[in-house]
Amino acid sequence: MKADFRIPLAVGAALVLAGIIAVGAPHVMGDYFVRILLLMALNSILVLSLSLSNGFTGVFSLGHVGFIGAGAYAAGILSLTVQQKKALLPHLPDLLNWFSLPFLPATLTAGLFAALLAVIVGYPLMRLSGYFVSVATMGFLIIVNVVLINASDFTRGARTSTGVPLATTLPWVIGWLAVTLIVLSRLVYSPFGRRMKAVRDDTIAASAVGISVLRARLIAFVIGAFFAGVGGSLYAHYLGSFSPNTFYFAMTMNLIAMLVLGGMGSLSGAIIGVICVSLLSEVLRSVERGFTIGDFTVPALFGASQIVLGFLFILIMIFRPKGIMGDRELTFGLSGRSAKNNHKEGKDR
Amino acid sequence: MSQFEYILQQVINAVSLGSLYALVAVGLSIVFGVLKLTNFAHGDVMMVGAFTTVLLIAIGVPFIPAMIAGILASALAGFLIERIAYRPIRNAPDVTRLLTSLAVTYILENLGILLFTSSPRNFPLPDMLNSSWQLAGGAITFTNINVLTVALTFVSLIGLGWFITRTTVGLGMRAAAEDMSAAQLVGLDVNKLIIVAFLVASAFAGLAGVLWAAQAGVVQPQMGFTPLLKAFVAAIIGGFGSISGALLGGYMLGALEIFIVAFLPDPVVPYRDAIVFTLLIAFLLFRPGGLMQPNREIKL
Amino acid sequence: MVTADAPLLQIDDLEVNFGAVRALKGVSLDVREGEVIALVGANGAGKSTTLRSISGLARPKAGTIRFDGVVINRRSPPQIVRLGVAHCPEGRRLFGSLTVAENLRLGACTRSDADGVARDTETMFVLFPILRERWRQLAGTLSGGEQQQLALARALMAAPRLLLLDEPSLGVAPLLVRHIFEALAELKRQGMTMLLVEQNIALALNLADRAYVLRTGKVALSGDAAELRDDDRVAQAYLGAAE
Repeated sequence: MKADFRIPLAVGAALVLAGIIAVGAPHVMGDYFVRILLLMALNSILVLSLSLSNGFTGVFSLGHVGFIGAGAYAAGILSLTVQQKKALLPHLPDLLNWFSLPFLPATLTAGLFAALLAVIVGYPLMRLSGYFVSVATMGFLIIVNVVLINASDFTRGARTSTGVPLATTLPWVIGWLAVTLIVLSRLVYSPFGRRMKAVRDDTIAASAVGISVLRARLIAFVIGAFFAGVGGSLYAHYLGSFSPNTFYFAMTMNLIAMLVLGGMGSLSGAIIGVICVSLLSEVLRSVERGFTIGDFTVPALFGASQIVLGFLFILIMIFRPKGIMGDRELTFGLSGRSAKNNHKEGKDR
Repeated sequence: MSQFEYILQQVINAVSLGSLYALVAVGLSIVFGVLKLTNFAHGDVMMVGAFTTVLLIAIGVPFIPAMIAGILASALAGFLIERIAYRPIRNAPDVTRLLTSLAVTYILENLGILLFTSSPRNFPLPDMLNSSWQLAGGAITFTNINVLTVALTFVSLIGLGWFITRTTVGLGMRAAAEDMSAAQLVGLDVNKLIIVAFLVASAFAGLAGVLWAAQAGVVQPQMGFTPLLKAFVAAIIGGFGSISGALLGGYMLGALEIFIVAFLPDPVVPYRDAIVFTLLIAFLLFRPGGLMQPNREIKL
Repeated sequence: MVTADAPLLQIDDLEVNFGAVRALKGVSLDVREGEVIALVGANGAGKSTTLRSISGLARPKAGTIRFDGVVINRRSPPQIVRLGVAHCPEGRRLFGSLTVAENLRLGACTRSDADGVARDTETMFVLFPILRERWRQLAGTLSGGEQQQLALARALMAAPRLLLLDEPSLGVAPLLVRHIFEALAELKRQGMTMLLVEQNIALALNLADRAYVLRTGKVALSGDAAELRDDDRVAQAYLGAAE
């Protein structure tokens, strides 16, 4: 058990670093880099929340973005001003149209709303396994999309929702990332975390030793959904305007690519995956816009960056299916292979 | 318009829609049968067939040869996808294979956007196919493309039924779906069977893609997505991996959707897809194996 | 290729691993044309693994398997069937959703001589008359004994020169076991070469010319079947008695 405190220590070190970046970055970097940094931190929250079910419990959900979308819309509706509500959402029920919540309570409410949704849909869904859970959770994403498009009293339908205050700043995102990391690292490297991983590694053996598979999966699913809802709120307050299709398959693919590249059973892997995919996308996107070298002009090739990412993804699946980190954790040299040992101990239980 | 004619019209609509779902779902089930792979790229194979057909029609090729070329293009796409992406990971864990098929989808859709942009293009359907039939004084209408869809679906499904019950390769495909190592022990070349399965499934996707686009009147790179999702539902309802189950599931889903549109109150209708997936989740809870257990085929 | 006394099947120092487990630790045996060889031993001794290595389902780590003088270690199962080895696996492994007729047809899928296939089908009806009655029935709906007969017939439809049999009496009613072993005796009279894995030692040693006793991945004992029948050491090996 000696390894146990090292991971929080590593997380702590990461957070101090992140705090310095959060405060310092806007002073030394241009807006472009601050934006990239913010998006990376935001995506880290989303990918970490996804890793809980998909990486640590082995329930490969394709519906996670549904929780992000639900959180984004819930928070967006709550934090519009009363005047904006009257103008943009005239049919909003009386219950919701007389107040406006500040950023933090709106975000917390969004997280709780997503978690509540997860309890409702997770209770039936977490009984399924294998392909069925993937297809059924994808069904959940489609249900969310259809509802967001059609419940136009709440969402303006397929049209773009605008007017959400641009409250998401780098310190806010880093702060939430810290909370996410602390909660998840405590959870994953706790006795409950070992149960989750036992369920993932061998469902039958886990239930044979008395672990409730449904309970372990459901708790992971709900906590993941909470942070997805929080991330959704941050996203909504970052973009200011968005539509139901912002939270659909493109985002799903992007988050899954980040998770898988980093390593599905590793928190630091999730963040490494986010950094790699984000940087790669930025580079590819600037190439994609077309450029000129001397007399030679490369025309814009929209979609090319996604194609490159897709091929990269397949190569990873073929040659390194466990991603960069696999099940290991980055611990900044504080403890050689502590996370790995820890994981093994978990398996032995 | 009498009640009876209204219902008959809905039955026609349901058979037409169900045929398309059945075509896609059968292809998904063939691949799932031999490889136990949920092939997300199947929808994009549809798109390949539809675009090929549209481009050929645009340069003056008549509809039927263009459609056949589209089907062949889809079969080729399926062959290449298996060869390049799926074969190296054939024995990998389920999640790895699922993710690879998602990546293939991602590549093909973006390739479509790169080549054709994401805005829809007109599907130049010959006038002959667009002309409609009016029965019972206009109470019942359907177009020639509806007739063609149902006819081609029936012909191709009968052909498939013959193939999987009468030919050694077809029987071998079913045998491999049931027990891969037993199939090897009797001397079946599993590699060859998997290639055949992909060719057949992708040809079905191509046919479905052309017909789907012809009915919708447009093609676009993401056109395969909706039919793919519906086909998943159909295949799962039928019992994933069972060909006759996929067929049954396809027509049941067509009937369900038309029922929702035709008989439920107007405010509910836009929620059609949400209702379908809610019912799917409920169905999975009570009958996770589907209606037909795979490999308990109804004899065609 | 085969000289008068070169064995049809010759295995030398065969080693097979399953993950970290060494299933076979250097097994050597040979089967001559026209012989029936029994492979007996306790559960986990490596009998099925030996058969699976011969038919190409398990990859040997070391050693050689020669069939008709050709090394077949690296061949795929279909290639090995084409060379003339048919494997009737443990648990029968029929295609339950296919009919009896279709199962037999797939058994002959490596052959191109339609006349020969038709002739062999008739032979199967003589050997296993029940198959004619069940011709259009799904294999999954047959009784255990009927399934075993179908599995045997399916393997024979490949017109093999060597038949590998894994537990033909398993899950079969006693009366039908006798019937199946009568059919095997008839095949032996017709000159079929067989390698038989069987839990029922008495039945196996009655049918066989020679036998090998496997114990924890090695050949513990071998010799004439009639002599081994009276050898106490066989029973010991079976019970996994102390070394």
